[in-house]
Amino acid sequence: MFEIFGIPSQALFSQLLIGLINGSFYALLSLGLAVIFGMLNIINFTHGAQYMLGAFVAFLLLQHAGIGYWPALIVAPILVGLIGMVIERTMLQWLYKLDHLYGLLLTFGLALIIEGLARNYYGSAGLPYQMPDVLVGGYDLGFMRLPIYRGWVIVASLTVCLGTWFVIERTRLGANLRAATENPTLVRAFGINVPRMITLTYGFGVALAAFAGVMAAPIYNVSPQMGSSLIIVVFAVVVIGGMGSIMGAIVTGFGLGVIEGLTKVFFPEASNTVIFVIMAIVLLVRPAGLFGRRA
Amino acid sequence: MKRLLSLTAVAVALAASSAQAQQVSVKIGVMSDMSSLYADIGGPGSTAAAKLAIADFAKSNPNVKVELVSADHQNKADVGSGVVNKWYDTENVDLVIDVPNSGVALAVSQIAATKNKVFIVSGAAASDLTGPKCNANTIHWTYDTWMLANGTGKALVKTGGDSWFFLTADYAFGHALERDTAAAVEANGGKVLGKVRHPLNTNDFSSFLLQAQTSKAKIIGLANAGGDTINSIKAGAEFGIVKGGQKFAGLLVFASDVNALGLATAQGLTLTETWYWDGNDNNRAWTKRWQTERAAAGKFPTMVQAGVYSGITHYLKAVASLKSGADGKAVVAEMKKLPTDDVLFGKGTIRADGRKIHDAYLLEVKSPAESKYPGDFYKVKATIPAAEAFRPLKDGGCPLVSG
Repeated sequence: MFEIFGIPSQALFSQLLIGLINGSFYALLSLGLAVIFGMLNIINFTHGAQYMLGAFVAFLLLQHAGIGYWPALIVAPILVGLIGMVIERTMLQWLYKLDHLYGLLLTFGLALIIEGLARNYYGSAGLPYQMPDVLVGGYDLGFMRLPIYRGWVIVASLTVCLGTWFVIERTRLGANLRAATENPTLVRAFGINVPRMITLTYGFGVALAAFAGVMAAPIYNVSPQMGSSLIIVVFAVVVIGGMGSIMGAIVTGFGLGVIEGLTKVFFPEASNTVIFVIMAIVLLVRPAGLFGRRA
Repeated sequence: MKRLLSLTAVAVALAASSAQAQQVSVKIGVMSDMSSLYADIGGPGSTAAAKLAIADFAKSNPNVKVELVSADHQNKADVGSGVVNKWYDTENVDLVIDVPNSGVALAVSQIAATKNKVFIVSGAAASDLTGPKCNANTIHWTYDTWMLANGTGKALVKTGGDSWFFLTADYAFGHALERDTAAAVEANGGKVLGKVRHPLNTNDFSSFLLQAQTSKAKIIGLANAGGDTINSIKAGAEFGIVKGGQKFAGLLVFASDVNALGLATAQGLTLTETWYWDGNDNNRAWTKRWQTERAAAGKFPTMVQAGVYSGITHYLKAVASLKSGADGKAVVAEMKKLPTDDVLFGKGTIRADGRKIHDAYLLEVKSPAESKYPGDFYKVKATIPAAEAFRPLKDGGCPLVSG
């Protein structure tokens, strides 16, 4: 076995793979954020709480209705997405014309309320969620053991990310959406119901967060603060990728997962900080982010 | 978020007897992690325990008036210091109790000494609190890193776990726990192969676990707590750590963690605690009252929360005996003089260095098949007598002892 920078290649490959797995979550979450920011111009600070809600809904479905992991993967995002749409209709829609700050404050406040409620009813230690039997176990890759579930996370996340990118950048629906962001009045003149489209877009972005939450439920404990610890990192990912850039969010999500994974080998103490160091550098060199268009 | 909840705990009915009895009033502040990874270890459950202690004490001592406040330190030493300074300086708080998170506890201990108030540590673990950093105003109540290391570490080395790799939370508590456990492992003939230090409140442990796996150590010592321990053990099950022949040592595992992990994942884990809710009839009866007070039927109190009850009970005894809570040093000296005795921890003592002494229990988590009812978590493998459970007085390096 050969070594790279004093680290056995075996360890390095496995860390790269683990980085990709964590990157899958970053990508899924930052994608939702990018979609919402790109289309609604809202900085959705509730995203972490919505991710947590996804996991909780999956847990509650299993506990009270006997609905397992696979249906929950569809049902939970839809339910949480609907909650998101209610929030958009009743609160967010009044803020589009105001400064970004108001949207940020509202969504941040909502996140605190949702997390506080969850903590009040379920405590902070979290609840266990069983993995579906098919995905238990692992493959021996020679350099590491890959749990089947983690492999599934990469596949599912890539599929959803690329699917979303395709819909927004390559289909007629996506073209309408992008046009509506650029010039809502003109798009309305073509007979397209812009407010409804925006509500659905927000619901979709929220559903993506909930989807990531269901994916995370069997790996991490379902706990009220599972979102808040992740959301800051995800925001950094979006800023590095370029606010509102779909592909930027996906690529940076996976890329930063890998960089963070490598940091855990070379300098573990800094693994929580490295993403922010990169963010600072990127902002200095390219203020619009790696994939962002200059406003 | 800073939450300052103020409540008058005991409305003392001033009966005819008050004419003779001298009225003493004290104010107690429960400071804990109310909203993050340690909130189920201490948190609102500690406040509930404090209320029970105050209510029980008021029954026999109506002349002592106790007020209770609580706050969240958010696991930040600066936030915690700010709250405690304000409490001691402007809100007349006499006793601060709990404070899980050794970083915050070490800071609060210094403040208590400077302002001559009282600090009882229940939630924090670093044995330095009664070692080099001890002072005449601080009492370390429930457990500490030396006791955990001596219980779990020693037991595992003796049963063949002689090579160790540490997963350590990168702050005062993790460092102290790692240091004390490594010492216990080496003293019993084992060796430490390596360690990795992770930031507090880490989400994903798979990377660190792979490093532990490559080390080929027989035991992976988890020198972390709360959510960090839970996530380590869950990821360990997924990456086949236990199937591969390695074993986890949960150096600090609480009942709330076992509850969160589920027995299927946690079974077989060896750990040490000083109090178990299902240990005897007194504990079970108290647990019922605590669940009602906490309004959480499915939760089980941890040793930290039980320690808050026991600590406040003894503090109030000392205050009643002195008829004043004003002089922190005098109260602590009185607490050390009086033998401790309460329904949860039984009889015990407090040493010169501020260490409260009681029995500890070496426990093993039951399998789902062995567990008969909710909360039936542990088999008691051994009782470590009070005299052996904690670090010998002379080894701590506490200036109060060496003079």
